[in-house]
Amino acid sequence: MTAQMHRTDLVTPEEVGKMNVTEKIFKAHVRDEPFPGTLVLSLDLVLCHEITTPMAITDLMARKKDRVFDRSRIKAVIDHVTPAKDSKTALQGKILRDWAHRHKIKDFFDIGANGVCHALFPEKGFIRPGYTVIMGDSHTCTHGAFGAFAAGVGTTDLEVGILKGVCAFRQPRSIKISLKGKLRKGVYAKDVILEIIRRLTVNGATDHCIEFHGDLVGGMNMDERMTLSNMAIEAGATTGICLPDAVTLEYLWPFIKKEYGHSRKKALDDFRKWHPDPGAAYDKMLEVDAGKLKPVSTFGYKPDQVKPLGEMKNQRIDQVYIGSCTNGRISDLREAAKIAGLKPLAKGVRGIVSPATPDAWKAAMKEGLIKIFMDAGYCVTNPTCGACLGMSNGVLAEGEVCASTTNRNFSGRMGKGGMVHLMSPASAAASGIKGRLADPREFLGK
Amino acid sequence: MRIFKGPVLFLDRSDINTDEIIPAKYLTEIDKESLKPHLLEDLKLEGFTNSGDAFGRARVIVTRKNFGCGSSREHAPWALEVNGIHTVIAESFARIFRQNMFNGGMLAVELDRKTIDSLFALDRKGTVHCSADISRKTLRFRTAGGKRVSVPFSLSEFDETLVGAGGWVEFADKKY
Ligand code: SF4
Repeated sequence: MTAQMHRTDLVTPEEVGKMNVTEKIFKAHVRDEPFPGTLVLSLDLVLCHEITTPMAITDLMARKKDRVFDRSRIKAVIDHVTPAKDSKTALQGKILRDWAHRHKIKDFFDIGANGVCHALFPEKGFIRPGYTVIMGDSHTCTHGAFGAFAAGVGTTDLEVGILKGVCAFRQPRSIKISLKGKLRKGVYAKDVILEIIRRLTVNGATDHCIEFHGDLVGGMNMDERMTLSNMAIEAGATTGICLPDAVTLEYLWPFIKKEYGHSRKKALDDFRKWHPDPGAAYDKMLEVDAGKLKPVSTFGYKPDQVKPLGEMKNQRIDQVYIGSCTNGRISDLREAAKIAGLKPLAKGVRGIVSPATPDAWKAAMKEGLIKIFMDAGYCVTNPTCGACLGMSNGVLAEGEVCASTTNRNFSGRMGKGGMVHLMSPASAAASGIKGRLADPREFLGK
Repeated sequence: MRIFKGPVLFLDRSDINTDEIIPAKYLTEIDKESLKPHLLEDLKLEGFTNSGDAFGRARVIVTRKNFGCGSSREHAPWALEVNGIHTVIAESFARIFRQNMFNGGMLAVELDRKTIDSLFALDRKGTVHCSADISRKTLRFRTAGGKRVSVPFSLSEFDETLVGAGGWVEFADKKY
């Protein structure tokens, strides 16, 4: 952590035109300041899934406030447990489904069209630079990859979001992370964010927004940026923002070209509104020379416990899990398949792949990746959160160990008494072949 | 407004996450009461079990840094609520957990490291009682041996309003 810069209160950043991204988004969305320091923002999107939304819906009904603020700004999906595994999860799905139908929410994704929320909603083109987004899910920070302020909230905040389209925040402070260098072979966005979390620690960014800067981010595709932003919360951050640029534009182009009269320049100029002003103030700054990084994994029950995979080669594993909102996108499946295609899973290792969305699934099928995984001995599931949170499939038994591309290694996360090692898709696939934690470079050559 | 007082449960660890407070497998419940037996079920902490007298009577938790990190699940404060625990005192909180507490009209009080240390240093052989006086912004502790300690705390106007109003939904629906 380098220089601490605290701005003075004499001149507000907006007066001197030195706002960071979050300050700009907040300024554009403030609806009220009911108390000093409490800002009520207008929301562009309220996202919903079947685990945290049903309690909000039943509470609204109990209060006789079963209304929605704007059905076009609410998007909903059944993704955590799908298909339903028992009567309780069936009921959760039903409450969300009935509500979506009752309020004519067009963008509701049910079985057959559903996928992991933070992969599906971006793919549908719902997220835009400068947006304010909430969801009853801590990994909502993923959408910051598009230059949005996207924050996870609890059910009560979600409930108010659904009802009124507002949410209250304290003005978060910002952390600027400059990412330099070129990633070495076998090192991915996942390794970069794990290194950042190691350095920030699990609460180093609490009440802060992270801005990812630097050439390394500029050179990343949107899938990689989403991997970065996805894990901002593991350092406690409210969101993790990447600056919207030509890469963001190409990803969103099919959805926005009409709006911008088919002018890419117009769109890019508009996106630049959401870049920080020169001289914007940050509470903390961190520089990471990513060119030096090695493939890494977590080793304990906290996501900041990170070390090179090369130092953990003796750890045997029982399961490999490739999927989730962190690393279940098509580019992740490609990287994993490159290695999984070389050799089958080690004897006794169970492999599970859950492509994060129907489009990722279809692309994987078209590109022959599904066959590669299945030939290597993997089970390929439908798009769902699956093993990531140990609620439906892929649960570990006591004492079992998983090499996983997910984002949380908390005790009990994938099943009571299980151990989860977080790593990149390539590292997980390599570990599957070895039956032990493995450095993917063993399979990628120099 | 709730009454914020009762026996203290000391949890001497930082980074207690929401999966430890209420494991994901119980997120399929759609009423709060069902969460009751599972509070802190997966917490690994020496000498701690999520049953017994000390646990069952606790109304206040005193803990270390970054309490409630991880998942956004409001099931975490609900699991505390249905067990009668309406106050958590910590060196710091994860943002979402802290907001969830106030959104439900409960109290999440941040104290500095030294003060938290001094609370852990209280004679904990018998039950330590705590009561929070919201209007005077004071926490009062009493040990079994009769020692009394008062600790000032701060609350933002917004948080105090939420505690007073019993939560964010009614407040927001009236105002916006
Ligand atoms: S994949 Fe895992 S982390 Fe992502 S939304 Fe689903 S349960 Fe949460």
